Amino acid sequence: MSQASSSLSMPSGILRHAVLLLTGAVILLPFVWMISLSIKPPGEIFRASFSFWPTHFYGIENYGKALTEAPLPRYMGNGLLVCALILILQVLVCAPCAYALAKLRFAGRDLLFGMVLIGLLLPHQVLSLPLFILGYQLGILNTYAALIFPYVVSPFGIFLFRQFFKTIPDDVVHAARLDGLSELSIVWKIMVPMAAPALAAFSIFSVVGHWNDLFWPLIAVRDESLMPPPLGIMAFKSEEAGNDYGPLMAASTLVVLPLVIAFLAAQKWFVEGITGGAVK
Amino acid sequence: MASVSISGIQKSFGPAAVLRDVSLSIADGEFLTLLGPSGCGKSTLLRILAGLEMQDAGSISIGERSVDGLRPKRRDVAMVFQSYALYPHMTVAANMALPLRMRRLSAIQRWPFVGRLLPSVTRLAAEIDTEVTRTAKSLGIGHLLARKPGQLSGGQRQRVAVGRAMVRHPAVFLMDEPLSNLDAKLRVQMRTEIKELHQRLGSTFVYVTHDQAEAMTLSDRVAVMLEGELLQVAPPQNIYADPDDRRIAEFIGSPKINMLDGVVRERGAIDVVGSTLAIDADALPGTPLTLGIRPENLHLTDHGGQGALTGSVRMIEHMGSDLFVHLDLAGLDHPFIARLLAERAPHIAPGQTLHLGVRPERVLLFTRTGRRLRRQDEATPSSVTPFRDVAQ
Amino acid sequence: MSRPAATMESAGTMAQAGDRGASQLLSASPAKRRAFAEGATAWMLAGLAVFLLLALFFVPVLGVVLIALTDWQFGSASFSFVGLANFREVFTDQGFRASLLNTILYVLIVVPGTVVSGLAIALLIESGRSCRAFYRAIHFLPFMATLTAMAIAWEALLHPTIGLINQTLAAMGLPTANWLRDENTALPVLAVIGIWQNLGYAMVLFLAGLKSIPQDLYDAANVDGADMWLDRLRTVTLPMLGPVTMFVVIVVALRAFEAFDTVKVLTQGGPGHASELLLYTLYRESFEYLRTGYGAAVAVVFLLIVVTLTLVQTRIVDKKVHYQ
Repeated sequence: MSQASSSLSMPSGILRHAVLLLTGAVILLPFVWMISLSIKPPGEIFRASFSFWPTHFYGIENYGKALTEAPLPRYMGNGLLVCALILILQVLVCAPCAYALAKLRFAGRDLLFGMVLIGLLLPHQVLSLPLFILGYQLGILNTYAALIFPYVVSPFGIFLFRQFFKTIPDDVVHAARLDGLSELSIVWKIMVPMAAPALAAFSIFSVVGHWNDLFWPLIAVRDESLMPPPLGIMAFKSEEAGNDYGPLMAASTLVVLPLVIAFLAAQKWFVEGITGGAVK
Repeated sequence: MASVSISGIQKSFGPAAVLRDVSLSIADGEFLTLLGPSGCGKSTLLRILAGLEMQDAGSISIGERSVDGLRPKRRDVAMVFQSYALYPHMTVAANMALPLRMRRLSAIQRWPFVGRLLPSVTRLAAEIDTEVTRTAKSLGIGHLLARKPGQLSGGQRQRVAVGRAMVRHPAVFLMDEPLSNLDAKLRVQMRTEIKELHQRLGSTFVYVTHDQAEAMTLSDRVAVMLEGELLQVAPPQNIYADPDDRRIAEFIGSPKINMLDGVVRERGAIDVVGSTLAIDADALPGTPLTLGIRPENLHLTDHGGQGALTGSVRMIEHMGSDLFVHLDLAGLDHPFIARLLAERAPHIAPGQTLHLGVRPERVLLFTRTGRRLRRQDEATPSSVTPFRDVAQ
Repeated sequence: MSRPAATMESAGTMAQAGDRGASQLLSASPAKRRAFAEGATAWMLAGLAVFLLLALFFVPVLGVVLIALTDWQFGSASFSFVGLANFREVFTDQGFRASLLNTILYVLIVVPGTVVSGLAIALLIESGRSCRAFYRAIHFLPFMATLTAMAIAWEALLHPTIGLINQTLAAMGLPTANWLRDENTALPVLAVIGIWQNLGYAMVLFLAGLKSIPQDLYDAANVDGADMWLDRLRTVTLPMLGPVTMFVVIVVALRAFEAFDTVKVLTQGGPGHASELLLYTLYRESFEYLRTGYGAAVAVVFLLIVVTLTLVQTRIVDKKVHYQ
């Protein structure tokens, strides 16, 4: 519906754009500065100027250094692997549980759902000390497994899938049973495909969270070859002692880039996935 | 109190024309209903009247005063919304007081805390309070003033919405499907209450609905809209019995009117699905026509042929006092429905062949383009009404 | 996907075997047997998740409370209960008190800053029709971007000599500062970065809230005479955003309490304890200084704060949503 009387008049429309462009510019400033420094030679960086574009384009050298001196491809690979494994395991663990909570009647269901809600409420950082000890006992510290194991079950995933499964009519489940599907095939062949929007939202929520996480990797791994991007870039920064800004900014840009591109390509999905995650 | 004059209103949303040249005059104190299926543009017309949308072309005056370009506040209209649109965070009293506060208090006087300190605010607030209470009592919601909309039933919310519209005595009441969110029983009751309210207030009402029963029972005149056009404006009984257009005949009435294709044979005779009816059409022999026959205008006869239609019974719906008999007529690809009194047709069974008599004066004739073709003996067009539509 | 699915399949047949055993076990009514079978299936399906929830959430949370009550040190074989000694130590420690106060101050800056700016930007975006997606994307970008990397970009911006901020200030003849090394500015600067990161998040929550306000209410306000921008804001928009605002305040407060990355990358809590936040204290005491009992006590305090906030949120949201 158009709202003739509420749409802005010309001057206030211009004011709106002016203010939003200004705040937008402030918001983007760190990104712009980061990219600008990543293509400047050291001399220009330390010559303190306002110009975005360098007089000598030094991008090739800086990005080359970021990719070779720091094992940046390795970090990114680690991030990808860890995020993918976490997501796959989370879905495998959470979907059947969510199905049971949403569609089956059994003794202890409310108790189990209560556990999920309490799990939602617990900040992961609080659990880090016992999880560190658990990892030590299992002998998996400083391996990929250490990065993954605390996250294989996600209370938020169970909660989200349960909410979505509940909106699927019971008749669909009954029809599937009459067609001879086992409960497990109902989960994977009927419920999860029907919950594709919830799956997408959860995937985005999970991948964004774990790609960006610094806290747990800092505790769980020491080897540079295992580090995910945030930890890797921190290691790179302390090695360079903050003097070689160009390659450091190039590395930062490369770490930020995948999610930013994915976000710009699927903005609507990202916003929904992240705001859906607000219940966490 | 005011008359409303709408002339040449056009409105498009993007490429879609929603209103095409709509003109209409509404008399002071009249209850006019805009009736039409969803998407016909009736709500848009009402919103343009209210000033919530602006027309692309045409003009509107309320009480001899042009309101084009005026904001809703300045038009002296009140509106009752389909969803009631009550402010959920305000009490019933505050909901009803809002239109008065907005008009009588200045922007500074309305400021929280500070406003109360200004001179005369207390007095104005007390006046508003008195008027709200009086209006609420007249609607039977005096005891609900301290509640919030969330605590009210559907019918009570509806009354609050009406009260919010009433409290400032607008010249024109605009109602956008105000009863469609109520259950069937309550809808009938509230229908009566709105009718009484109109009689009591004597204001001009413009009422939008897709419900024929509401339009028929409430209105002085009904304006039927289809696809952005005003097809006919007439009192309810004329809309039903004497429609100007095939689409109106088909939209009004349940079960739906039967439409049969026929050809004029000669003066006073029309051939139609294997029979000939004695109808005097103002058309040359050989002219194709469409005959509209309402199901209740058929009666059983014991012979077929001249003046009667013959078909076999496909299905019978028992409606208590009436029977809806669905028949297959030879040469007709859709069922033909007759509404018969149950006591006169007790023995009908599926498969049976029936002969149905038609009273020629009750048959509505339409050209193939859908325009009404009045018979020679029907001199009176529908618009002989107290509210002659000047714009048409 | 295929291999785990296959193992799941075998779990399914196990469930059916369980059904048969159950039906032999119970010579009860069909309805009861059916209920038992459904229960068995449910626990089979949920079993792995239940085990992992216990192992990764419930045992650890009990564990952290237990550790906080003992003198156990990481690596040592024996321990004894010391009651609340760790908590006493925590609360008498200047460092912790500074950290707690810093965190509260940080939250008190970040929450209003984020909520007000997020609301203002959401209202501005929603007030017009053009470029909505564009503005939304720009303002939401910091929330998506890896904060560790962005903190490094901020460090460059804030650099005392070559940073853009000091250059600009100097060019305008204003005093400059060593933002991250000055104990008066370090925490506020971290808070500004916190606002920068979270305001887009608050904005999208507000945008969703604005979308859910029925157009009818604006129309009604319009007909009722509340047709100026400020009147519409006061009559419809702000009251209807009430529940969303409550929600945003709590969610942003939770995120602010969990701030860590910027402290770790930019200040390490310094200078002194000037920018030390709770989570950083928790991390340093537990994993760098290996003061296990002390770290656990900090974790328990942190947990209590977060749980309280969340419970407040659920109570308020339950009560106030839609003004029922």
